[in-house]
Amino acid sequence: MSSSKRSTIIVEQLRKQQMIEALSRGKRLDGRNFESYRDLEIEIGIIDKANGSAKVKLGNTEVLAGVKVETGEPFEGLENKGALIMSAEVLPTASSHVEPGPPDEEAIELSRVVDRGVRESKMLDLDKLALIPGKIVYTIFVDCSIINSDGNLLDATSYAVVAALLTCKLPIFVVENDRVIDTGSIMPPPITTIPVSVTAVRIGDSVLLDPTMEEEACMDARITITTQSEGDLVALQKGYTGPFSVNQILRSVEIARNKGEEIRSRIKGLNGTG
Amino acid sequence: MLIDENGKRSDDRGIDDLRQIKITVGVVKNADGSAFIEFGKNKIIVAVYGPREVHPKHMALPDRCVLRCRYHMSPFSTDTRKNPAPSRREVEISKVIRESLEPSLILSDYPRAVIDVFVEVLQADGGSRCAGINAASVALADAGINMRDLVSACAAGRLGDNIVLDINDQEDKEGDADMPVAYLSNADQITLLQLDGRLSPTQFSECLNKAIHGCKLVYEIQKEALMKKYFGDEVELKEEV
Repeated sequence: MSSSKRSTIIVEQLRKQQMIEALSRGKRLDGRNFESYRDLEIEIGIIDKANGSAKVKLGNTEVLAGVKVETGEPFEGLENKGALIMSAEVLPTASSHVEPGPPDEEAIELSRVVDRGVRESKMLDLDKLALIPGKIVYTIFVDCSIINSDGNLLDATSYAVVAALLTCKLPIFVVENDRVIDTGSIMPPPITTIPVSVTAVRIGDSVLLDPTMEEEACMDARITITTQSEGDLVALQKGYTGPFSVNQILRSVEIARNKGEEIRSRIKGLNGTG
Repeated sequence: MLIDENGKRSDDRGIDDLRQIKITVGVVKNADGSAFIEFGKNKIIVAVYGPREVHPKHMALPDRCVLRCRYHMSPFSTDTRKNPAPSRREVEISKVIRESLEPSLILSDYPRAVIDVFVEVLQADGGSRCAGINAASVALADAGINMRDLVSACAAGRLGDNIVLDINDQEDKEGDADMPVAYLSNADQITLLQLDGRLSPTQFSECLNKAIHGCKLVYEIQKEALMKKYFGDEVELKEEV
């Protein structure tokens, strides 16, 4: 059951007043302006045992994504497509507020929103990942571990997943006499586009990109906008308990398209080095 | 084809038509507030309990009421039987429904208490989260919870080049985009926005406008349903005069 709760961290009233006062002057407490991201670092191929991996650092937020490729039965209704399965876990390492256990609703929302961006953009051409349509298909697992949490897990996780998928290598399987054989060769994944998510939060009348954990504790509402390479929208998720006006949403979409393009060119650059 | 040469959709609607909507208020006798909505083939019952004491007690908030929400699909509500255990999809939808309702409620009026909203989908036909929100908001009003406005929800989406109102199950599966929206009509604010599928920026704003238009139509039906329960006879009397 979904329940309203205290924010994960409690920001002191004084700090919150400082933040709101700074925002009214167009500044954030860490000195950024509203539309700038923290430093983004993407490192790929750090887990040898995975078919693809990426570590993303967004300020102090740190996320690791790993791709594992197997074969299996297709999903019902998607018999001729490869299967894509995503999960995310906020590790107990991530902050003093996390307790180990099954994913809570925020972790479930996190993995589902990231999944939606990849799936709806058709980043991976899943039609090309059926070995015997209806029977045996590639099953691609993308699992994410949040190692340190300082806000905007949605974007950090999304970039880690996209970077890991973009640079992963798929084993080439063949089917002989109904048995799947790994040929030992590898191939690049069938990539069609690069989805990039941009998350904004509203605090009072200010809309800020890439919130820190402290800013998230003060936010009224959140929106995540995922665009693909041509700048079209592929996924949206409004979150948290406050509303947005239509103008705030339309403006956020414009900002997300521009910012998304900037981040996309960073992610595209990875492929050459992969 | 999802739209035929006459501009008709698979269920014979035009691109700007809502499905048939019927809301009945006060259908669960034990609940503090309740509503039953038929939204196309969707059949959803919502019961509201509260404000009441919070259990476990440590969940209580000192300055406002806790809102809890469960969206659940009955095993017989879908084409293939749905496992009754809550799925990840249901967990996410419970969360977005709660977040879409919260802005409408004045929760600071009930500190240390809880309001429970149970959304049970008896039959699903695409757009069940929107239908659930519509019924839930009416049930909250029926429970007498202090609120700023009713929350109305409706999806719009894309079938090929057409932006259409109120996506049904088949259009959700075979169409190109589905965008559920929840809206506060008086405040002109959006409390739920999700998108699955591809939209260009111009298609997006057309889709958003269309969905908001749908929400406004739903709003009238919600108000009528409440009027009918609480002023039913008086409304009829006025008409006779």
